[in-house]
Amino acid sequence: MSLDWKQTDIVFVDQPALGAAERLYLPQIWGGMKTTLRHMFKKALRDRTVVQYPEQERPLRVEIYRGVHRLNRDEDGRVACVACFMCETACPAHCIHIEGAESPWADREKYPIKFDIDELRCIYCGMCEEACPVDAIELTPEFKLVGKSREEMIFDKEKLLMVYEQTKNLKPRKDPAITGYPETGHRDRVP
Amino acid sequence: MADTVLESRPDLNLDVVRDEIGDVRTEEMLVNMGPQHPSTHGVLRIVLRTDGEMVLEAVPHIGYLHRCAEKIGENVAPYQYIPYTDRMDYLAGMNNNLAFSLAIEALTGLEVPKRAQVIRVIFAEMNRIASHLVSMGAYGLDMGAFTPFLYAFRERERILDLFEASCGARLTYSYITIGGVTDDVPERFIDVCREYLDYFEPKIAEYNNLLSFNHIFVKRTANVGIISAEKAINWGLSGPSLRGSGVKWDLRKVHPDCGYDEYDFDIPVGQGLKGQLGDCWDRYFVRIQEMQQSVRIVRQALDKLAGTPGEYKHKSGKSVKLPKDEIYYEIEGARGQLGFFIQGDGSQIPYRVKARGPSYCNLSITNEVVKDCLLADVPAIIGSIDVVMGEVDR
Ligand code: SF4
Ligand code: SF4
Repeated sequence: MSLDWKQTDIVFVDQPALGAAERLYLPQIWGGMKTTLRHMFKKALRDRTVVQYPEQERPLRVEIYRGVHRLNRDEDGRVACVACFMCETACPAHCIHIEGAESPWADREKYPIKFDIDELRCIYCGMCEEACPVDAIELTPEFKLVGKSREEMIFDKEKLLMVYEQTKNLKPRKDPAITGYPETGHRDRVP
Repeated sequence: MADTVLESRPDLNLDVVRDEIGDVRTEEMLVNMGPQHPSTHGVLRIVLRTDGEMVLEAVPHIGYLHRCAEKIGENVAPYQYIPYTDRMDYLAGMNNNLAFSLAIEALTGLEVPKRAQVIRVIFAEMNRIASHLVSMGAYGLDMGAFTPFLYAFRERERILDLFEASCGARLTYSYITIGGVTDDVPERFIDVCREYLDYFEPKIAEYNNLLSFNHIFVKRTANVGIISAEKAINWGLSGPSLRGSGVKWDLRKVHPDCGYDEYDFDIPVGQGLKGQLGDCWDRYFVRIQEMQQSVRIVRQALDKLAGTPGEYKHKSGKSVKLPKDEIYYEIEGARGQLGFFIQGDGSQIPYRVKARGPSYCNLSITNEVVKDCLLADVPAIIGSIDVVMGEVDR
């Protein structure tokens, strides 16, 4: 590991002499504290910045946040997916598995009998949503995802449809135009 | 090497000194710093050979975060690889997206719409600010100042809000993609962004008051870990770590892509203000000044965005076929020169992808700088080189 060093490569630097005040460092600490204290007593600023997480929550910009997937239902309550496999092809993490079957409805040829997304493998890139021609698969703003086992985190068709039921008020199918911005700071949790 | 040092500085020969004054003789010891050490910024493990307080040798051990990122690139189409580039330098995802997109575009000759180029510059520079904020805050933390870290994160949060509004993610953006950006900027973006810049710019002076010129901080960083310009070039440093040594080299000026030549900005370099040129403080301060310059660029780009309507994305960005050719393309990322080597074989999927992460090359100088300094200076030096382990290990 050792290299030959030339004498000229080595730089020696002398420590600057310190005055008595500097040696105490107290003025410097006070100088730093001034800024800190100024911020500490600005309550409005603090409230806009600090989020006491489990009690309070930060408003997310609900419409386009890339969280847990859902499988949309169409106007008649049927699963909107037509099993075209576009999302499965587009997925960079290869975490979507679909099995299509002959559709019982007249207006489409196929529908999925099996639709699994491995939420642990997913990288939440949103490419499935982008690829879907009928806006059947969408990412929701739901980001709190808990499970006790790996199997539990593989979301099947029923579970994905359930997520749709839970989030359809938050984000309508086929996103509307986006105008809002997330606000920094908290909002009291809505019970 | 040790002989040279001892000859010129007999006071460094601790054993001799201790013998003379009858102090205890010390032994060499191997100390493991990391991978869970808080000031190694991620999972960096450094094996230090120490003699008392002196570090004789420092060997970085890497690989804890290895995810075969390059191999993955050889199995997915270029647009699908964009999310993986996010995870390399996770503090500056936009810059990684940009580097890979530019490489593919240069290889395939894809034309990027004017508006997309302006949006790219805005987001790359905003991400540079966000990344330098983390770097600055964490560096303060390493040096024992907790407050700047919180302030830096507060400011960064608002940048992430803007990113979230544009692409729906706060860390792994995948926003800049082959042929443009995935979506146009949201409504009122220009106003909101400008409002942020007005808020942010005075904060830089506050950081300077709080941290940069604080005597305690200066004492810990000035004259520590000096890298001369020659040494910096020889070890292939880039980014703020190179410019901290006084070398005026920035790819945004050298080969301006994305229309960087149309913006008016300076390249801050280290000047040895607080000590020897190329010390930790210089590298730190280059980042602070770079934030200022990025603000300047974003302001100009926002003006430009208002007057550049049109497409934000090339239609065939997702279906590009890579020719039987190869390319190496570099941009100035937040930490230095970030490059991608891509070899195509006529299909949609690259035959070979290789990334040059600036953190990886910058980290290589560790042993050179860290040896023969005090143990307490090690975090100061590593923090000032500012490595992101996600990029080192890839
Ligand atoms: S978000 Fe990305 S990784 Fe996740 S399922 Fe969709 S395409 Fe695959
Ligand atoms: S792209 Fe849409 S319609 Fe096609 S399989 Fe996926 S979810 Fe179903």
